[in-house]
Amino acid sequence: MKTVIEIDNLCKDYMVGFWRPKPQRALNNLSLQVNEGEIFGFLGGNGAGKTTTLKILMTLMFPTSGSAKILGKSIDDLEMRKQIGYLPEAPYFYDYLTAKEFLDYCGKIFGLSNDARNRRINELLKLVDLDFAADRQLRKFSKGMLQRIGIAQALVNDPKIVFMDEPMSGLDPIGRREVREIIRSLREQGKTIFFSTHILSDVEVLCDRVAILRKGDLAGYGKLSELEGSRDATMEISVQGISNENLPHFCAKAQKVVQTASGLQIQIPDQSHIDEILLLVRKYDGKIISINPVKTALEDFFVKEKTSSLTKQALV
Amino acid sequence: MNTILVIAQNTFRESVRDKVLYNLLFFAVLLVASSLIIGELSLNQEKLIIPRMGLSVMLFFGGLIAIFIGTGLVYKEIDKRTIYAMLAKPIGRGEFILGKFFGLGLTLLVNCLVMLSGILLSYAILSYNTDGSVAIAWALIPAGYLIFLQLLLIVAIGLLFSSFSSPALSITLSIIIYIIGSLSKDLPVFAQTIPFIITKYLALFLYYILPNFSNFNYITYVAQGNMIPLNDILTVTLYAVIYTTLLLVATIAIFQKRNFK
Ligand SMILES: Nc1ncnc2c1ncn2[C@@H]1O[C@H](COP(=O)(O)OP(=O)(O)OP(=O)(O)O)[C@@H](O)[C@H]1O
Ligand SMILES: [Mg+2]
Repeated sequence: MKTVIEIDNLCKDYMVGFWRPKPQRALNNLSLQVNEGEIFGFLGGNGAGKTTTLKILMTLMFPTSGSAKILGKSIDDLEMRKQIGYLPEAPYFYDYLTAKEFLDYCGKIFGLSNDARNRRINELLKLVDLDFAADRQLRKFSKGMLQRIGIAQALVNDPKIVFMDEPMSGLDPIGRREVREIIRSLREQGKTIFFSTHILSDVEVLCDRVAILRKGDLAGYGKLSELEGSRDATMEISVQGISNENLPHFCAKAQKVVQTASGLQIQIPDQSHIDEILLLVRKYDGKIISINPVKTALEDFFVKEKTSSLTKQALV
Repeated sequence: MNTILVIAQNTFRESVRDKVLYNLLFFAVLLVASSLIIGELSLNQEKLIIPRMGLSVMLFFGGLIAIFIGTGLVYKEIDKRTIYAMLAKPIGRGEFILGKFFGLGLTLLVNCLVMLSGILLSYAILSYNTDGSVAIAWALIPAGYLIFLQLLLIVAIGLLFSSFSSPALSITLSIIIYIIGSLSKDLPVFAQTIPFIITKYLALFLYYILPNFSNFNYITYVAQGNMIPLNDILTVTLYAVIYTTLLLVATIAIFQKRNFK
């Protein structure tokens, strides 16, 4: 397996304060590797340091210490940058250009010929579902449309590696699904995708491996299955048709029981308790509506302050 | 090289869509129209006003564009966050600055050409009724060229300031430099009259370090019917090129080190 992104002990301090600026650590000794052809999820809560990392990789910012390589080249290598694409966080582009003109401009930067550009622009506009707005100025774009054109511009040069900072933000449910499809199809073409997010479900359905960042520290890193420890997930069971006098039986077994308009919501600490609840439901003539994991272990990574033992064992 | 051209092209397109040029086009038309009215009066004196007024207007409006757009050229990209996606592409930071500079340079060139055509046209209209001198008309072209060079230098100054300070401060500083630079011919004379040694040397220091804009100013000279000597044109061109290059080098050096947070 070939390593295409190599981050080595990256640190970043921001200077904060006006009179006496003090360094404040946003990224602490981050080291990780991404392999060719994988979808790599870069997870973390707000302010964890995801954007900071991506900006350093894109040479928009310089690290306080440490280094990184992309495709075996130093990150400031211009030739290497012909082979990557980048979608910034909450992107904004030249608003006096139309979607088509903007993509054309990007294509010219990469030195694509007229024919190649025209072909590519049409492909991309179709891919991100913007052909209806091809000749509209970007200032008239909605947030989600800007996000889509952002994805398109990141792919103009048919890059080997695509970096995306929260690719799903600002998109409607259909848009999110479409972006998932785009990311999957990119991998099928043999590309590597490195994207940041704080949305767990996106990571769960897409990623081969993830890194989890908490306040600038790497809190977890590896295959999702290794990290997740699915047995630990809290489960929520929705039930109908349980009469009030039978409620105490459930309360005794469950972590929490909530009565809602449509029935009962029963929370249990993990999967091993599901059977007990199912037996009770049958016994008291209830009906199961759904069983869902509520808080996966991944979410715990966000919530917990300390590095859990699970994390340590998951570190590769 | 290709990258610089592509960026310059886009910068030019931006200013065209900003409708900056249309205001100037309007002004050129106004100039021609007013000359027609003056022409009706057929006063021989009035036609000398056209070169002087035209060139001054060209400098003034060009200067406004150079300072106001020049200082915002890069700042706007950072402020609107359009720079993020671009600098991640294979664009060197130096190429980015140069592309922006030449893009605005192209805008100013078009603007100067339109204004100059307006001036020449109105001068021709006036001379048709009276008997104007062809020499003045010819002299207007190099004078316009020197104004253009001066505008490029102003853009480079604004660009340098905006690489480390806010637009408002950059605009103020650029205007101050321009004013001192335009008076700088008088600085050595002025320095002699200063009794304090420190201020005297400060005045001399400013004289040597600040761009000397009076070098570029041939408006009065031309309006009196003189042709600018070729030697002067070449010297001033060389001066402008060297000074502008130094400013751009400094701007790029600062820009290279910047963090785009
Ligand atoms: N320009 C800045 N100046 C000072 N501190 C900053 C700056 N940008 C980010 N930070 C700090 O660095 C830390 C990491 O920020 P970063 O933007 O990388 O987070 P993030 O993981 O992208 O968060 P989000 O999910 O909200 O986008 C935060 O504590 C933030 O306050
Ligand atoms: Mg972020």
